[in-house]
Amino acid sequence: MYAQMIKSEATADDPEKLAAFQARIDAGEKIEPKDWMPEGYRKTLIRQIGQHAHSEIVGQLPEGNWITRAPTLERKAILLAKVQDEAGHGLYLYGAAETLGVSRDELTEMLLDGRMKYSSIFNYPTLTWADMGAVGWLVDGAAIMNQVPLQRTSYGPYSRAMIRICKEESFHQRQGYHIMMKMAQGTPAQKKMAQDALNRFWYPSLMMFGPSDKDSVHSAQSMAWKIKMNTNDELRQKFVDQTVPQAEYLGLTVPDADLRWNENKAGYDFSQPDWSEFFDVLKGNGPCNTERLAARNKAWDDGAWVRDGLMAHAAKKRAARVAAE
Amino acid sequence: MGGQGALFEYLLRLGDNTLILGHRVSEWCGHAPVLEEDIALANTALDLIGQTQMWLGLAGEVEADGRTADDLAMLRDVWDFRNVLLVEQPNGNFGQTMMRQMLFDAFHFELLSDLAGAGDDRIAAVAAKALKEVTYHFDRSSETVIGLGDGTEESHARMQAALDLLWPYVGEMFTPDDIDAAMFEAGVAPDLRLLRARFDSRVDRVLKDATLARPDSSYAQTGGKTGFRHSEHLGHLLTQMQWLQRAYPGAVW
Repeated sequence: MYAQMIKSEATADDPEKLAAFQARIDAGEKIEPKDWMPEGYRKTLIRQIGQHAHSEIVGQLPEGNWITRAPTLERKAILLAKVQDEAGHGLYLYGAAETLGVSRDELTEMLLDGRMKYSSIFNYPTLTWADMGAVGWLVDGAAIMNQVPLQRTSYGPYSRAMIRICKEESFHQRQGYHIMMKMAQGTPAQKKMAQDALNRFWYPSLMMFGPSDKDSVHSAQSMAWKIKMNTNDELRQKFVDQTVPQAEYLGLTVPDADLRWNENKAGYDFSQPDWSEFFDVLKGNGPCNTERLAARNKAWDDGAWVRDGLMAHAAKKRAARVAAE
Repeated sequence: MGGQGALFEYLLRLGDNTLILGHRVSEWCGHAPVLEEDIALANTALDLIGQTQMWLGLAGEVEADGRTADDLAMLRDVWDFRNVLLVEQPNGNFGQTMMRQMLFDAFHFELLSDLAGAGDDRIAAVAAKALKEVTYHFDRSSETVIGLGDGTEESHARMQAALDLLWPYVGEMFTPDDIDAAMFEAGVAPDLRLLRARFDSRVDRVLKDATLARPDSSYAQTGGKTGFRHSEHLGHLLTQMQWLQRAYPGAVW
């Protein structure tokens, strides 16, 4: 999972310091938490890493939706392990964000009251078991496209979190594709489910890369800082080129009548998703925005007494230790 | 009932306990009070599902009728399930889930400790593997029960309420019947009365640290492990768990 539509923050720092900072990045050095960094760099990273972390957490919900209905014990165990990984990714990422001077609780509150976003893909529903395949294959596949280059990002803790995350994400994508294979080779009903899942998840997956940003000033700044490594269009093209042959292998049809191999660019020509839908979902009008945020808010609110109770107990234990010394 | 029939029933009890509790715990996925708890609950559920694959796999071998662990999990109806009533109880709030877990873990730990030295090598091997996981489950669930029991006024009250609610389901785990007797005779299963004494001292230590009062009543709801009378909750759980296998018979997933 990953972050989308992050605009880099303006920075008003000393030009000499900025130039020295840029030189470090250009030389391929990693920036570490205690190093000097421009305020814009720090703020942009907090938003990007925070949004990425939130995506992992909200991303548990559409897949969690099928854990209790997994068709076999093995599928159930694999899906549980995968969703557990997503929670673990959330932990690493919140940890990386905390090195920039923001707490996990602060970030959580910003997610819950809507000040921070998560990836829009999780505002789509998972309706059949084939959606577990499609999410792994397409959604994790798109996330990997974005995350593999981020292993080389300039901020050390983010880069190291990405290296760990990418290892697990490739397992996720394989398990998704494996589900799709079983379905595509299965009964007519299973094939129908697989095609239906591809139909529903294709364009939302293309949207995961965000609208074209080739002329964006913000994007240029983030790329100079190596917070963003490729343009959205580059990554989208790469994703389509990788995914179309996989769909063909499955015997499924990509829902795009204009999809064609273009010899000149050695890549596919394809239709753009409906960007008005993307902006609608971003604004909160997606099919599941309300439910996803409500579920996170409920978990947080219902858990308040648990967190308070455990904190109170820890404080009592500390006090008893001090008294004993 | 004796011989292979009793052994099959006994293995169903072991496997159905872990299957149904694993399912219940997995219902939490994505909804826990803190991220670390989400991860830990998923871990517990994963362990229990893994144990289920081993117990029900072994049950299928013993039955020798071609049924796999998945067949047993997905294609039996309520009356064929042999789990204790405790594990099919709904999750309730987080405290209730952790209280249910602690009570089951305490029983499970003592049971597996004995089964790991059982006369049946196959059972001993699975029990020894599961025991490592369940040792951690008990550590974690007991610590959480202690933390919440001895936390705030509110968390204490909620944990006492959870204990009072679940206590009537404790007795069934230690109520012996013909199957337990046959397995004891065969040198497989422990004497449940001795197990109860160890359970009591283990749980009493937790409740003391948690500042919770053990309910006076020793009344036990029964009917789960014999399959005679499950609670209404189990049927609803099965409608979810078994849905795909029932709706698309014979499909390979």
